[in-house]
Amino acid sequence: MSAARPAWDEAYNFAYLDEQTKRMIRRALLKALAVPGYQVPFGGREMPLAYGWGTGGMQVTASVIGPSDTLKVIDQGADDTTNAVSIRRFFQRVTGVNTTEATEQADIIQTRHRIPEVPLREGQILVYQVPQPEPLRKLEPRETETRKMHGFGEYGLMHVRLYEDIARFGHIATTYSYPVMVNGRYLMSPTPIPKFDNPKMRNNPAIQLFGAGREKRIYAIPPYTRVESLDFEDHPFEVQRWPHACALCGSRESYLDEVVLDDSGGRMFVCSDTHYCATRRAAGHSGAMAEGSVARALAPSAGKQEDSHERA
Amino acid sequence: MSEHATTMEAAGLKPGFADPVFEAQTTFRTLLNALAYAGRPGMLSTRLDPPHPLGPASAAVALTLFDFETPVWLDAAAAAGGVPDYLRFHTGAPLVAEEGRARFALIADAMQMPPLDRFAIGEDRYPDRSATLIVQVPSLAAGPAVTWRGPGIDGARAVSIAGLPEGFWTQWADNHALYPLGVDIIFTAGQALIGLPRGIEAEG
Ligand SMILES: [Zn+2]
Repeated sequence: MSAARPAWDEAYNFAYLDEQTKRMIRRALLKALAVPGYQVPFGGREMPLAYGWGTGGMQVTASVIGPSDTLKVIDQGADDTTNAVSIRRFFQRVTGVNTTEATEQADIIQTRHRIPEVPLREGQILVYQVPQPEPLRKLEPRETETRKMHGFGEYGLMHVRLYEDIARFGHIATTYSYPVMVNGRYLMSPTPIPKFDNPKMRNNPAIQLFGAGREKRIYAIPPYTRVESLDFEDHPFEVQRWPHACALCGSRESYLDEVVLDDSGGRMFVCSDTHYCATRRAAGHSGAMAEGSVARALAPSAGKQEDSHERA
Repeated sequence: MSEHATTMEAAGLKPGFADPVFEAQTTFRTLLNALAYAGRPGMLSTRLDPPHPLGPASAAVALTLFDFETPVWLDAAAAAGGVPDYLRFHTGAPLVAEEGRARFALIADAMQMPPLDRFAIGEDRYPDRSATLIVQVPSLAAGPAVTWRGPGIDGARAVSIAGLPEGFWTQWADNHALYPLGVDIIFTAGQALIGLPRGIEAEG
C-alpha cells in the first residue's frame, strides 16, 4: 500500500495482536454480523491489561483498526477517566492513529457502558466492552443450558424474571443491562449501558460490535437491524427520565449522572456524555450551575472513577 | 522475507500482498462493511495479480481470511492451474475435497456451482460453524435486479448480480429459511465485492 504508515512503537506488530489472532477475530466478526445477536466463541489472546479493563473490546478494536482511522474511547460517557485514557494511550502507542473526543469525527468508538448522545452515522463502528456476554447467566449458570436456550430461542426464563420485577415493584426495575431481542431471534445483553441507551441500538446506521475478553465471545448488530427491549403489553418498555435538566449545559435530552457536591448532601445532575455536554456549553447553552465556582471545580466526569458497575 | 520471495519465485508462484498487515486490514474493513451493509458494493484498494481464474478480490479475501485453521473447498475451475499452490503457499489453508467439510468455498465458475445445501449450515448451538462461499461473477451490477431486505439494509435494496445459475434465488430462499443457520456468500467481480449474509431475504 502506498498510504503513509503512521508512527507506532514497532516493538509490536501494528495494533499489538499478531496477524493469526487478528484473522481469527476477523472471521468471528463476519459470522457475528451474519447472525446478529448470537455470541460467536473465539480463541482470545492475552492483552496487556487485566480482565476488567476492556480486553474484549480492545481485541475487537485491534482487529478492525487501520492507519487512517480516528479513534475515540469513552468510559461511562467520559473521555477522561482512567480506563478510557489508558486504552486510548495504548492504541496511540501500538497504532499511531489519531484520537479524538468528538463523536462526529471518530471512525471507531470504543465504549464502556454508554452510547454517545450524538446520533452515529454510516461507516462508524461502535465497539462495546462486555463484562458478561450472556444475558441468561444470572438465571442459568450452565453454559450448556444457555447455549441450548439460544439454539432453540427459548427465552421464557427471562420473561419470568422481568415479570417477577413487576409483581414485586409494580414495574420492571432493571435499569441497565436491560435485555434486548435482536432481529427477532437472539436474546442479547446490551452490556451495562443504561436502558436509556437501548433505543439507540435499533436501526442504527453504524456498525455495533461487542467483545467479551474473559468469556471470549464476540457478537454484533449490523446497521438498520431490529433491536427490541423486552417488555409486556401492560408494562411497555420505558427509558429513564429526569425532572431536571443538566446543571451545566441545560440539556433535557441526555442521560444524567448524579454528582455529589459536598458533605451536607448537596448534589447536581450533569450529562454523562462529557463531549456532548462540552459541545453544548461551547455553543452557548448553559444550565443552572454553569456559572460560578462549583461548575469550575467539577468536571462533568467527577465522581465517576469510583462507580460500582462491573468492569468490562 | 527475501528467503520467502526466493522460494516463491522458484516455485513459479505469483506474489501475495506486498504489505500483508495493512493490505489484510483494508481488505477486512471492506469485508466488514460488505457483511454489515448487505448488498452495497465494496471496492478493494489492493492490487493483487493472482493466477487464473482467480480474480483480485477473491484472492484478497482468501489471503485475508484463510489460514491453517480453515479448510477450503475449490470448485473445478479454481482447482485447475496455479490456484491451489498459490493458496497453500500464501495462506497455509488445507484444501478439502468434500463441500460439507469446508469453512470457505472458492467458486470461480458460478454457473456450475454446487447447490447451496451441500455446504455446512452450522449447528443449532453454533450457527457460526457454517461455510462462507466466495463466488466469482462477471458483474455485480449487470444482472437481473433482485430486491434484498434484512439486517444491514434500510428498507430494501435492488442488487443486480450477473452470471448466477438458474434457480439460484430459489436455493437462496431455502437457505434463508434455515435462519439462524445457513451459508453466507461474498460475491466478487474484479476489485469489487458484495456480501449476502443468511439473514437477507431476496425477491426476484
Ligand atoms: Zn450537559
